Amino acid sequence: MDVDRTLGWLQATPVATTISENENLFPWIESVHVLAIVLVVGTISIVDLRLLGVASLDRPVRRLMGDVLPLTWGAFAVAAITGSLMFSSDAVHYAHNFFFRGKLILLALAGINMAVFHLAGIGDVARWSETGATPVAAKTAAAVSLLTWIAVVAFGRGIGFTMH
Amino acid sequence: MTNWVVPTVQTIHILAIAVVVSSVLMIDLRLIGLFWADRPLSQVSSRFLPLVWWPLLVLLATGAIMIIAEPARSLKNPAFQLKMSVLLAALAVTGLFQFLQRRNRAFGDLRYGSRATAAAVAIVSMLLWSAIVFAGRWIAYYA
Repeated sequence: MDVDRTLGWLQATPVATTISENENLFPWIESVHVLAIVLVVGTISIVDLRLLGVASLDRPVRRLMGDVLPLTWGAFAVAAITGSLMFSSDAVHYAHNFFFRGKLILLALAGINMAVFHLAGIGDVARWSETGATPVAAKTAAAVSLLTWIAVVAFGRGIGFTMH
Repeated sequence: MTNWVVPTVQTIHILAIAVVVSSVLMIDLRLIGLFWADRPLSQVSSRFLPLVWWPLLVLLATGAIMIIAEPARSLKNPAFQLKMSVLLAALAVTGLFQFLQRRNRAFGDLRYGSRATAAAVAIVSMLLWSAIVFAGRWIAYYA
């Protein structure tokens, strides 16, 4: 299959072979990946719990998002880079792994949820951020976000248990 | 042990670590002055410090299950020993922070002194908690 040929090329690149042939490199990259994902999930939960009306209620939503989300994005960038490096080291096998595929779908779901929140005006917090109460649509987006990121962690762990 | 128990317990363990490490990060960035600089430190720590201490119970319980389920990852594992040592140091730094804050209400006040101490506590804290996550992942490679 063409995709497999491309993935085969990817895992033969110098970067990929350096990772797969060096015993210590993979665990180091994986450690950075775990630290990054932990910060993605932890920081995005702060925003989600505010939208759900559970915590940080003394902080306007827009302020809270402006404070926290840059950290989330920074951590996500690190997670994406380290994740791509790990993927490259054994691309064909990862691409056929159930949990890897599931994790990609979940990440797409998280992205769509976020896009809907921001683009469909649900995140247009100007109308409600100062009052503390959040509309049902925003609460739904927050709940989807929380559940999706919890599932991303679970599927990530699933990859570790089915690849080695 | 059924083969889904360990990954599930590990997932809960990682989620609890996410709460702890992110809460620590919020406090530390506030101490340095990069984050929530417009809020008193006491507000930031009363929001996030309980989320550093309480999830430790979850981490202890899930960690104990992992040790029982996989004896190879036992108390003799050097990565595990390192993780526990660094954890003690991180908890000591967190306790020190609480002590400094309780003793001096201006601690962490960005307009007045004690900024160097606050920033030092924050940087040491961030390094220690990162080391805990790293050592935790390395336990698997010494098993």
